Amino acid sequence: MESIEILGNKDTRSGFGEGLAELGAENENVVALCADLTGSLKMNAFQNAFPERFFQVGIAEANMMGMAAGMTIGGKIPFTGTFANFSTGRVYDQIRQSIAYSQKNVKICASHAGLTLGEDGATHQILEDIGMMRMLPNITVVVPADFNQTKQATKAIADHEGAVYLRFGRPVMPIFIKPDAIFQIGKADLIQEGTDVTIIACGHMVWKSIEAAQLLSAEGISVELINMHTIKPLDEEAILKSVAKTKCVVTAEEHMANGGLGEAVARVLVSNTPYPQEFIAVNDSFGESGKPMDLMEKYGLGAPHIHAAARKAIQRKA
Amino acid sequence: MNKEDLKAISSQVRRDIVRMVSAVKSGHPGGSLGCADLLTYLYFEAMNHNASNFTMDALNEDVFFLSNGHISPVWYSVLARKGYFPVSELATFRKISSRLQGHPSTDKNLEGIRMASGSLGQGLSVALGTAQTKKLNKDKSIVYTLHGDGELQEGQIWEAAMYAAANKVDNLIATIDFNGRQIDGDVENVLSLGSLSEKWQAFGWEVLEMDGHNFENIHSTMTEAKNKLGRGKPVVIIMATEMGMGVDFMMGTHKWHGVAPNDEQLSSALSQLKETLGDY
Repeated sequence: MESIEILGNKDTRSGFGEGLAELGAENENVVALCADLTGSLKMNAFQNAFPERFFQVGIAEANMMGMAAGMTIGGKIPFTGTFANFSTGRVYDQIRQSIAYSQKNVKICASHAGLTLGEDGATHQILEDIGMMRMLPNITVVVPADFNQTKQATKAIADHEGAVYLRFGRPVMPIFIKPDAIFQIGKADLIQEGTDVTIIACGHMVWKSIEAAQLLSAEGISVELINMHTIKPLDEEAILKSVAKTKCVVTAEEHMANGGLGEAVARVLVSNTPYPQEFIAVNDSFGESGKPMDLMEKYGLGAPHIHAAARKAIQRKA
Repeated sequence: MNKEDLKAISSQVRRDIVRMVSAVKSGHPGGSLGCADLLTYLYFEAMNHNASNFTMDALNEDVFFLSNGHISPVWYSVLARKGYFPVSELATFRKISSRLQGHPSTDKNLEGIRMASGSLGQGLSVALGTAQTKKLNKDKSIVYTLHGDGELQEGQIWEAAMYAAANKVDNLIATIDFNGRQIDGDVENVLSLGSLSEKWQAFGWEVLEMDGHNFENIHSTMTEAKNKLGRGKPVVIIMATEMGMGVDFMMGTHKWHGVAPNDEQLSSALSQLKETLGDY
């Protein structure tokens, strides 16, 4: 396979922080709310530059979501910041009624999603958030792949009218999306073209899939790799176009299999052209404490798992 | 507007309420009747608002949020009577494809509604957000909210209460419908609120008390509340009301919280409420 250039190493949350600070300068209607995690969300730059538009709400996420909804009345574009667990599960009903049902232009920005939160363990490692958010009408769900894309997505969602769930994380990971790439909500990135198997991944799993694709390439297997950064609305066209060629799929996500990207893709396949699909996702289990990449291996989200899943998917063709 | 004119409107609003819930044999008449005087006063006297040109953003307009969304009938009636939408539309309440959902919603573009409510405890946070946006916009208008007393059992209310005082959200007047009743019985027995006035004071709010069925008292208390704005503290009014006010058999009990009158009961109720503006 052609080599994918590593442009650096950074955490996706820092991409959010940089994007938010730039937005603050570009759009005076952008406001930010944070529930006592300003440093963790990298919101300090915004806070320091635009203190009058930064709202520290304390450890009170329900109030934060309600406030964000109310702030849209009068034209503000609120960005809320806290961990993914406290951005979704803790405040599901507030999002459901005051944001989604009420059609409010709130950007729910969630860091420390998934297993790669690491040592804090299962209380904080939410693996159900994509599912919860994509079930709600009126919410767009975005899971960018690296630092650059998180920054691009942060800026893109400000121009999108409507509620958005933006999911990113804590670990330092390779950067491989160009800094000047155009991020388009709902339009998947084709990272690499191939003919034997399609891998559809989101978030940190895009890098893991690049690693897996390199292993497969060395074995003579041609991988088509899609970065499905928008889970909802899902780019069905990109999926169907790819499987028409490869006729099998692996989906990869740092999330529970239940309700995640894989199930969203499966629905597209069974409704159109069913092909074998293998799921790389957490299998109905909570996480635990540990180093991020050790956890990814233990819970079946490593490059070797994707590699094995791809071989299995290919085997199931015919 | 004088007291008699306001009374005439609230009498019609009460007729609308019992007719709306009776027509579909569902809805919440008790709390609606109890808040008819307050909402009449707010929309016909206190608030600076534009009924004929509703905008979601409410720039330079006062805003009202109904946090206890189940008393939607009183809000719908007052909005319609003020001219937000045709009075005839009240007949569609809770019927399929109506803009007048069981609990208020924005998704059907009903003029006057800016936020869905029904799941309790969320309206104060929403109001704080709008109040903060008004400050950013240098908009001197006021944000009003109404909450049930039972609703104060929700924790989010107290998150919002803490935030409002700590951040000096002083362009907000919250009102508590203190009727002492909730679905399962008296608030005191279901989950006592303890010393309510002292709780709000301890949270850093200006606390006023009001008779929710006396327009003179409503006027003087609301005037006092407005005068307290802009001084670094949010204002809450604990409003004493009678659930079911205006219909004798609905008063003195929690049983009409969410029960609609039958035809005979409707006749009895209507005989007690003067038709002043013409039934829809």
